[in-house]
Amino acid sequence: MDKPFAITLDPGSSLANHTGSWRTKKPVYLDRLPPCNNACPAGENIQGWLFHAESGDYEKAWRVLTLDNPFPSIMGRVCYHPCESACNRGQLDSPVGINSVERFLGDEAIKRGWKFDAPAASTGKEVLIVGAGPSGLSAAYHLARLGHSVEIHDAGPLSGGMMRFGIPKYRLPRDVLDAEVARILKLGVTLKLNTKVANIEDSMRAGNFDAAFLAVGAHIGKRAFIPAGDAAHIVDAISVLRSMEGEDKPMLGRRVVVYGGGNTAIDVARTAKRLGATDAIIVYRRTREKMPAHDFEVEEALQEGIMIKWLSTIKQADEGMLTLEKMKLDDKGFPQPTGEFETMAADSLVLALGQDVDLSLLQGVSGLEISDGVVKVGPNMMTGHQGIFAGGDMVPSERTVTVGVGHGKKAARHIDAWLRNTTYEPAAKHEPVDFKMLNTWYYSDAPKTLRPMLDAIRRQSSFDEVQGGLDETNALFEARRCLSCGNCFECDNCYGVCPDNAVIKLGPGKRFLFNYDYCKGCGMCVAECPCGAIKMVAEDI
Amino acid sequence: MLKQIEGSRAVAEAIALCRPEVICAYPISPQTHIVEALGEMVKSEKLAPCEFINVESEFAAMSVAIGASATGARAYTATASQGLLFMVEAVYNASGLGLPIVMTVANRAIGAPINIWNDHSDSLSQRDSGWMQLFAETNQEALDLHIQAFKLAEELSLPVMVCMDGFILTHAYEQVDMPTQQQVDAYLQPYEPRQVLDPREPVSIGAMVGPEAFMEVRYLAHAKQMQALERIPQLAAEFKQIFGRDTGGLVHTYRAEDAETIVVAMGSVLGTIKDTVDEMRDDGHKIGVLGITSFRPFPLAQVRAALQNAKRVVVLEKSLAVGIGGILSTDVRMALSGLQLHGYTVVAGLGGRAITRKSLHKLFREAQQDTLQQLTFLDLDWDVVNKQLARERAVRRSGPAAENMLRDIGTVASKIA
Amino acid sequence: MPFQPIKFYQTGTFTVGNRLLKPEDRSVQSHRDRSNAINSGHRACQGCGEALGARYALDAAMEATGSQLIAANATGCLEVFTTPYPETSWQLPWMHSLFGNAAAVATGIAAALKVKGRSEVRVVAQGGDGGTTDIGFGCLSGMFERNDDVLYICYDNEAYMNTGVQRSSATPPAARTATTMPVGPNPGNEFGQGKFVPAIAMAHEIPYVATATVADLRDLEAKVKRAMEFRGARYIHILVPCPLGWGTASHDTIHIARLAHETGLFPVFEAEHGVQVSALPIRKQLPVEEYLKPQKRFAHLFGAKPKLDVIARIQERADRNIRKYGMVQREEVL
Ligand SMILES: Cc1cc2nc3c(=O)[nH]c(=O)nc-3n(C[C@H](O)[C@H](O)[C@H](O)COP(=O)(O)OP(=O)(O)OC[C@H]3O[C@@H](n4cnc5c(N)ncnc54)[C@H](O)[C@@H]3O)c2cc1C
Ligand SMILES: Cc1ncc(C[n+]2csc(CCOP(=O)(O)OP(=O)(O)O)c2C)c(N)n1
Ligand code: SF4
Ligand code: SF4
Ligand code: SF4
Ligand SMILES: [Mg+2]
Repeated sequence: MDKPFAITLDPGSSLANHTGSWRTKKPVYLDRLPPCNNACPAGENIQGWLFHAESGDYEKAWRVLTLDNPFPSIMGRVCYHPCESACNRGQLDSPVGINSVERFLGDEAIKRGWKFDAPAASTGKEVLIVGAGPSGLSAAYHLARLGHSVEIHDAGPLSGGMMRFGIPKYRLPRDVLDAEVARILKLGVTLKLNTKVANIEDSMRAGNFDAAFLAVGAHIGKRAFIPAGDAAHIVDAISVLRSMEGEDKPMLGRRVVVYGGGNTAIDVARTAKRLGATDAIIVYRRTREKMPAHDFEVEEALQEGIMIKWLSTIKQADEGMLTLEKMKLDDKGFPQPTGEFETMAADSLVLALGQDVDLSLLQGVSGLEISDGVVKVGPNMMTGHQGIFAGGDMVPSERTVTVGVGHGKKAARHIDAWLRNTTYEPAAKHEPVDFKMLNTWYYSDAPKTLRPMLDAIRRQSSFDEVQGGLDETNALFEARRCLSCGNCFECDNCYGVCPDNAVIKLGPGKRFLFNYDYCKGCGMCVAECPCGAIKMVAEDI
Repeated sequence: MLKQIEGSRAVAEAIALCRPEVICAYPISPQTHIVEALGEMVKSEKLAPCEFINVESEFAAMSVAIGASATGARAYTATASQGLLFMVEAVYNASGLGLPIVMTVANRAIGAPINIWNDHSDSLSQRDSGWMQLFAETNQEALDLHIQAFKLAEELSLPVMVCMDGFILTHAYEQVDMPTQQQVDAYLQPYEPRQVLDPREPVSIGAMVGPEAFMEVRYLAHAKQMQALERIPQLAAEFKQIFGRDTGGLVHTYRAEDAETIVVAMGSVLGTIKDTVDEMRDDGHKIGVLGITSFRPFPLAQVRAALQNAKRVVVLEKSLAVGIGGILSTDVRMALSGLQLHGYTVVAGLGGRAITRKSLHKLFREAQQDTLQQLTFLDLDWDVVNKQLARERAVRRSGPAAENMLRDIGTVASKIA
Repeated sequence: MPFQPIKFYQTGTFTVGNRLLKPEDRSVQSHRDRSNAINSGHRACQGCGEALGARYALDAAMEATGSQLIAANATGCLEVFTTPYPETSWQLPWMHSLFGNAAAVATGIAAALKVKGRSEVRVVAQGGDGGTTDIGFGCLSGMFERNDDVLYICYDNEAYMNTGVQRSSATPPAARTATTMPVGPNPGNEFGQGKFVPAIAMAHEIPYVATATVADLRDLEAKVKRAMEFRGARYIHILVPCPLGWGTASHDTIHIARLAHETGLFPVFEAEHGVQVSALPIRKQLPVEEYLKPQKRFAHLFGAKPKLDVIARIQERADRNIRKYGMVQREEVL
């Protein structure tokens, strides 16, 4: 075309004009730490695996999840999911059902027989793990994947620790537990059951172990002094729950009183009910708000007909009869006796007052520091004794399966470094992402999907699992509720909203780049990124 | 083929032979008959393929033509007077963008006072618009000029106005020789746009141009009109080869060879002038005529060549540059700069005032005797004018002049002989 | 929602792209090979809503037509910032003629294409609110009335921005512009009768009329694509905030546009042959203050003594829109 001078121009030629020079601030991409990841005691990359679950790639999701935690099926049933309490979506409608999706993934893995990738090349190092509870199993799993040879010694007849001998099976079916443990053992981990470690140093020497991880849990039921008649039937909760796993079910009678306010108290009361008690009554010193048991567990128990006697202590136990004293809370919230007494009929009294650690295997080990009945460990999970690490209920911490699993993972990484004569430096944490950094308009309203619950009547008589799982469609739905806080989920907003086409889309999985030749620094991409994965920084002029 | 036919109809048929592709029109007397005829031809599919668009204003008419032309279609419209002024912004735009639109201007006075009759104020108001302007003397010339206009416009990528006197030509039934389609096709090739909106080769037309290039763009528009000065006579010659007629060109002289007095004019009035000149020649006066066909580009050299041997020049024009006098005469004077000639400006026929042979005889004789005023208003009713002027001197708020004067004349009808 | 072909995605339902959708169901703007009808290097202000809206609309139209598209553009910011000699940002055949004639130029283009038998090439005309609702209104109405095969897109930034923010007939009541200063007894623009051109377009009963904002890309694209399914005159009126003229932060452009819809001040709907066929429901209705406050052009309403009566009148307008166009809050259906 013989174009008229100046009036008629060639298409797209404004590329010659680099508007980037107008800019005083520039956008940069970054990853921020989502609150869920930050809250997970096992250090799961929750958002990372939800990302894959969202696209229906459950196996990939499961693989990313199990990089940190080998027990998604168990987690999906027993974890108290602090991630969900922290989840930003909670400020929008309700938190993402992270735990449900996790369970779905775990159950899918079992159903489909997914296996872990083969461990790294053998390091030739041998590690002894004492205790096949969640913490010990987690450490074993991670160490094995790192190429170490691992031997677990457990005093009990079956693996799982409190997951089997504490948590009732209506919450954690044993086939689930067995499946997830078996998968760890398949990595080549040796499990020696009925093998109580009497003295850790002896056992290490005997097996020529290079290091040890102790996770013996807390199994000794605490006793309160209650004057009792000879015929009073008093047992401790842990024994009751443990005997549930044996041939002879505990005999508790028709009217069972449980003393305590923790999750164990709830579990044992619900167990009693299932064993045929007409009345299962929890006696607790304080009020519902002060109860350490999780609210949802209390709620489920109440639904099942468990009764709770608040603000009461047990003063005296006699055959078929208890004497209770009423309490009231002082202004600090502590219960104080009132001097008012009452009686309550009871066939048995179950004490659920917490557990102590059996530290006898540490006799004579040098350098240890023990306080409040638990073993102190450093930031690297090592006890005061070189080469002996510990975790789970036996170290000072919150006593949950998930914390134990986290300890196991952390210890494994440090043991690995220690065996290699290096130190393990965890990657620096990203800056956290706050709800205010999100642009939530882009997420459509989608309240949480509730998991199906077993009918209350059936729950009172059977040990069937109370809480159902999500099916594929609602698991997908739930996964997709994730806002992807702080990390690009390739929504293309920045690419779309830039008035200057200054964002380069690199293609699936490759994210984006800024074209600073043209970016004018308006900040629109930052404002419209739904998940806060871009920020403005001053331009270095 | 010879036909006795109305001027507008003749022009419409000639335009149809040029195979326009988009015609847009908005009615205004005295242009209406042209577009009505074209509309009918398109509707009856005698003229096809062609889109006839009834727009809502002249501004839209020119704008539609702009869009169509930029998309490579041969575009045509017609207007007059107020209509031309209403489209002015787009008129300038069409030429600025170099779009070869052809427009008939059925010349008519501009109000106020509103007046539907002929003079040249309308197209002359657009003399600097960048359009070429060709003035027809007869209906034959009007139709021939349209054929040439398309060729001229498209070769240079500049728009052309073909100006024909409203009513005098548009509504006159005269005999014309209507060319055949073969003749027109042989003369006028299909439109090959210089720039075109087409997804196959995208361009941006109509950029904003700043001080760094604006002068050059304007100069180039001027340069194109200078090229037209060469092309117009050639096109006329080529036209003659095919159609056998002398039409177009830049200027025409009539009995001017030895003339001492040459009358310069444009349009149909040249007929009356020539008749008068013939009579004066018969009486032995050395008087001749210079008709200007191409008002834009203005053929300075040809005008000078035609006039330089005369003693005096009378420019008779149907337009008035209020506050100075003539419009055409200013251009003619420029052609004559440096020559020692008597020059007279005669403003005549405004708003359809008849220009009679009688008045011309008187006028030309006065000119020959050099008793003519430098600026003369032909057949002006001084009585009326003086009364109004007196009134205005006496009373500051003397009311609308036109109404006052009509009252003085005692008529509401305009003076047409 | 006609533009959400897949039943539901929680994550990024309203985002530009969505990796969970099939590529063909994603927005045009998410495509790596989108046409970028306006190329980088244009001279629009930082955060210009008009630059964004025009690329959104034209890229969608380009996709709908397989790039067989020609644009006619009115004078205004969009024209000036895209085509200063010697560079143009347009990647499609594009023409600027005058301020008030874009619709007519487009008619001419369409007519030329028709005679040339190139009906596959489609035509858009575009202009600012001034070029549309004021000076170009005659040509626009003529184009509508003749039902010429043109999609006219108005980028409404509610004032004559290119000449320095003067009032247009699309300037809202109380807004400050350079010709409606916040002084005197009725500061800012008068509460006039309004001149909502989409409604006037509907009165012409042309095949398709729609409004949209730059805040809801998927809605906007769906409308442009829908418009391209019709032949004849079509009109889309897009609200495009102007950081300079409205006195808003450059990063707030989309946010402000969203508020215009969510408060009800700017009705977002579609009409076919003169009859409204849909309204974009408000997800969370907000009081008009939320929209007015971040804009300096309304700052005079929020001084030491907020002008509650004026705000109430503006709220009334929003409420009326919501009623009139049925922009009721939607029950989210899962
Ligand atoms: C009734 C009840 C319900 C609970 N519910 C939940 C819940 O829902 N969610 C949750 O997160 N947490 C729950 N917990 C807490 C959770 O079970 C524990 O925090 C967790 O199991 C601790 O793990 P661990 O590996 O440290 O120890 P454990 O699980 O206690 O495992 C220790 C293992 O070490 C073995 N062992 C002990 N001593 C020796 C030795 N000397 N030699 C060899 N082996 C030895 C034991 O046989 C046992 O298998 C519950 C606890 C109880 C009691
Ligand atoms: C006939 C005419 N009158 C006035 C102008 C001056 N002018 C150019 S752009 C413009 C304002 C454009 O306003 P709008 O159409 O709303 O577009 P915006 O710049 O706001 O995008 C004006 C008044 C002009 N170019 N032409
Ligand atoms: S929305 Fe997703 S990323 Fe954000 S906290 Fe919740 S689960 Fe984590
Ligand atoms: S806007 Fe979307 S694509 Fe861009 S960084 Fe944020 S999440 Fe990623
Ligand atoms: S939206 Fe575009 S121009 Fe604005 S800051 Fe982001 S990349 Fe730069
Ligand atoms: Mg505007």
